[in-house]
Amino acid sequence: MNDGLWTFLIILGQCFAVMFAVLISLAFLLLMDRKVWAAVQLRRGPNVVGPFGLLQSFADFLKFVMKEIVIPAGADRAVFLIAPMLTFVLASIAWVVIPFAEGWVISDMNVGILYLFAISSLGVYGVIMGGWAGNSKYPFLGGLRSAAQMVSYEVSIGFVIVCVLLMVGSLNLSDIVLAQDGAGIFSWFFIKQPVMFIVFFISALAETNRPPFDLPEAESELVAGYQVEYSSTPYLLFMIGEYMNIVMMCALTTILFLGGWLSPIGVGHGVFWFVLKVVFCFFMFAMVKAIVPRYRYDQLMRLGWKVFLPLSLAFVVLTAGWMKIFDVQPWAYTQEARDLGRGAMVIDAPEATPTPVKTEDS
Amino acid sequence: MATDWARAGWYFAMMDFVGGFKVGMKYFFKPKATINYPYEKGPQSPRFRGEHALRRYPNGEERCIACKLCEAICPAQAIHIDAEPREDGSRRTTRYDIDMTKCIYCGFCQEACPVDAIVEGPNFEFATETREELFYNKEKLLDNGDRWEGVIARNLELDAAYR
Repeated sequence: MNDGLWTFLIILGQCFAVMFAVLISLAFLLLMDRKVWAAVQLRRGPNVVGPFGLLQSFADFLKFVMKEIVIPAGADRAVFLIAPMLTFVLASIAWVVIPFAEGWVISDMNVGILYLFAISSLGVYGVIMGGWAGNSKYPFLGGLRSAAQMVSYEVSIGFVIVCVLLMVGSLNLSDIVLAQDGAGIFSWFFIKQPVMFIVFFISALAETNRPPFDLPEAESELVAGYQVEYSSTPYLLFMIGEYMNIVMMCALTTILFLGGWLSPIGVGHGVFWFVLKVVFCFFMFAMVKAIVPRYRYDQLMRLGWKVFLPLSLAFVVLTAGWMKIFDVQPWAYTQEARDLGRGAMVIDAPEATPTPVKTEDS
Repeated sequence: MATDWARAGWYFAMMDFVGGFKVGMKYFFKPKATINYPYEKGPQSPRFRGEHALRRYPNGEERCIACKLCEAICPAQAIHIDAEPREDGSRRTTRYDIDMTKCIYCGFCQEACPVDAIVEGPNFEFATETREELFYNKEKLLDNGDRWEGVIARNLELDAAYR
């Protein structure tokens, strides 16, 4: 009983630690977003609260929390309040499988990427419910747009991930990072799959409703999309959820293509590199917001369905064909993985798979 | 139809984005165009038309002689003046009100004034929390005049050459 209790407490502690770290860094990433945007527009950005405006996000947080929660008269109260909570909770539980460094992960589950994919698909519900529950035109239209957009780009994101999975041979996120170990920066997947890297990055922008794909909240036409009727804490939850998704996508880009916690020179791996890469990705997100004009809705759909989908599908076939023709083993099936004790599925690998190396236990 | 390979290549290499990114980074490190407003302020012309003030002569006598030219010319009809002869027989205002919520800061009152009594000073930070505080009376205007006299006098002097 005590063992179970301790395990529970340790897991709880880990969850709190991760949530705390993510939320605090989110506060500063939010500020960075605004600062980068401001700098490109020759502005200074928030610089009054604290040194360089570092405490701006906390001031905003206080402001949101202390405001009155306005629920529209025609709104479905329950759904109206559940929607932001759902967005927030789904955005935060995705962090469970993110490996910040080797072994620094709450749940090192073998279907990590599938889990992430499921969670991010569920995220659409928060948007739809938020748009619907307000019982108002603009949020409804914004919610519909947002849902359609997220669903469309999830398809190409899925194929991009399949490309990476083909090379790794495992759905475990730590495996994906370890598979990129070797020749420093040159063995990261963005070198091997540059096109898919770009496609993933752009799809991630669309998936998280960031500019230039922020049509759901295009100020000039739909005010703030599905968030129009929200105020105070529910709005705050929506906003935090959205930004957590963005950072989540940055982390996923880091893990899938930029070698996670691996250092670019091959030595000195650690959480530092992971954070640095996530911040770099976030910087790119912010720069894109500052320099790219917003897409029209039909252009967005064209890009998703007519460019990215065929492109990523072609690259799935290309990757698979390449690996078949040149007899390249997925990482999880190699001796290297076995030595690390990862990709253990090798034992039940089909007989037909040509195994390049023989070991005592196989 | 021939395919424009160059354009397609340009599109797929995302050269437009790369160009945009370059411009973005160039501006990123440029000196900022904005100033740190509440702590630093931009330059101001001597002709700046801000908050109104009623001036006095150096001996403390108020300049306004209640000719009501400002009231007459005011396009927004924001000025209201009542006048009576004072005990010493000179003509002075008993009431001089400006509704700052009506005023359009055109500066006609200043132009019309024969004795440089009503002027628009350099102050533009007189926001209030209530509407009533913006209904200025004579006392408030004279007070403004006393407070801003130095700047107003210098501005009038600087601008005199162009009148």
